[in-house]
This record gives sequence, C-alpha cells and structure tokens, in this order.
Amino acid sequence: MKFELSKAGTYLIVRIGGELDHHYCDIIRNRIDPELMEPPIRNIVFDFTGLTFMDSSGIGMLMGRLRIVQAIGGNACLICDNKNVLRILEMSGVARLFNRCKDISEAVRGA
Amino acid sequence: MMKELNRMCMEFPAKSCNEGFARSVVAAFATQIDPRFDELSDLRTAVSEGVTNAIVHAYSDQTGERQLVRLECVLYPDTIEITITDFGKGIEDVQQAREPLYTTAPEMERSGMGFTIMETFTDDMFVESKPGQGTKVFLRKVFSVHK
Ligand SMILES: Nc1ncnc2c1ncn2[C@@H]1O[C@H](COP(=O)(O)OP(=O)(O)OP(=O)(O)O)[C@@H](O)[C@H]1O
Ligand SMILES: [Mg+2]
Repeated sequence: MKFELSKAGTYLIVRIGGELDHHYCDIIRNRIDPELMEPPIRNIVFDFTGLTFMDSSGIGMLMGRLRIVQAIGGNACLICDNKNVLRILEMSGVARLFNRCKDISEAVRGA
Repeated sequence: MMKELNRMCMEFPAKSCNEGFARSVVAAFATQIDPRFDELSDLRTAVSEGVTNAIVHAYSDQTGERQLVRLECVLYPDTIEITITDFGKGIEDVQQAREPLYTTAPEMERSGMGFTIMETFTDDMFVESKPGQGTKVFLRKVFSVHK
C-alpha cells in the first residue's frame, strides 16, 4: 500500500496506491481524521490512481470520511480508474455519493 | 468427477496483516491453471472478504484464545475451491448475515457488503456456522482457462 497526504487550500488530498484492505484502512483512517479537524480543511479528495485492489473495508473507510466532511460542510471527491475497484464502489452505491473527477487539478479547481 | 490437481491447507493467527498474505497465497496457488487476470482478481477479492470476516468478527468477543484462521484450497483443471474456517463466535442467523448492507459492526465502519461481494465474485458460496464454535465459508470459482 502506498499512502500520501497533502493539502491545497481547503482540500485534504489523499493518494492511495497498491492494495487497500482492512489492515491498511485502519492505518489510513488514523492518519486522515486528525487532518480533517484542522481548519481550513473541509473537503477531501481521494486519488485512487495506482490503486490495484480494494475490498469492502475500503467502502467503510470512504463512507466514514464522507460523513466527517459532510458534517463540517465540505464535500468529497474521488479519482479512480481501476475497473475492479470501481465495480466494488458501484455495487455498494459509494461511487455516486462522491464527486467524480479525472485528476487532482479538476478536483481542487478554485481551491 | 473433476480431476483434482493440487491442494493446500494453511493456518494463521487472526491478525489483519495476514489478509494480504492470504490473498497472495491463493493467487499464487491458482497460477498453476493459468486463470484469466480479471477472474483471478475476483477470487482475490472474495478471499479477502472471507478472511477479513474471520479476523474482524469471529474473535471480537474473546481475548488470548487460540485465534486461528484456516484456509484450504483444492485445485481442478478449471476450478478452485476454497474453504475459510474460523473457530470463533459463529453467526446466529446466516441468512440475515448474507443480506446486502447487514452488519453487526457499523461502529467499526463495516458496510455489510462482504458476503454480497463473495457471492457476486464467485460461482458458489456456502456458509456453515455454529454459534460458539465457528464459521466455515466455502467458495467455488470456475475459470475460463486459456486454451
Ligand atoms: N467469520 C465470522 N464470524 C462471526 N460473524 C461473522 C463472520 N463473518 C460474518 N459475520 C457476521 O455477518 C455480518 C455480515 O458480514 P459481511 O461480511 O457481509 O459484512 P461486514 O463484515 O459486517 O461488513 P463489510 O464486509 O462490508 O466490511 C457481519 O457483520 C458479522 O456479524
Ligand atoms: Mg465483511
């Protein structure tokens, strides 16, 4: 699993590559949540470019972060082109709860 | 009867670091019959769900006991059969547990999609569980192997 956090204005950018399972979701969640508490951050972008695997643990992790940003009046964006990952996101209905973008510059436009 | 080509069995502690290990083992084991990439991906996902369930749910009410997960694979010319067994708390109502979005662990950010994903990504799934004794999940995946 590859994991990288960065910020652009009100956006927290989370890049995740490799394989995202329960083991790594626990680690990632603990890294993301404190950052979401730091103003001016209120939006989150998940960049899954380079993510090759995700199971239901990723659904729960995404839904949890979505709930947090919605509670602080922000929104959540998702960049993903892996077919297998998209299938899981669509099956669970998560895909349509996120703004879908093709890259980070589109996601943070106007940040 | 299909001709059995190979079989394996392993046991590991119910620790989350073994989820990736279990997926890799199954994928490596299946290589012998040269499965299609997308079908192998589906299998890896299904195995991940079953093993993660054993790690997350089976032993959630115990401490220090013998917390093991057993993974068995049998390989046929175009099919793999996988059994994931735990010796944990079991499931009271399997039918309910298999329903999409049903979870007993929302506070752990589980989404209740595990069984649905296993069912969708394999050709057969059977679940056998006895409260207090453990759970067995049987998965069968048929590959359209390269000729
Ligand atoms: N091995 C197991 N031992 C005990 N209970 C289990 C086991 N596997 C599943 N369950 C029960 O069945 C429920 C449904 O499982 P399922 O995998 O579909 O969803 P989940 O694990 O709760 O969430 P998700 O898989 O989406 O993260 C679980 O919430 C749990 O109560
Ligand atoms: Mg599950």
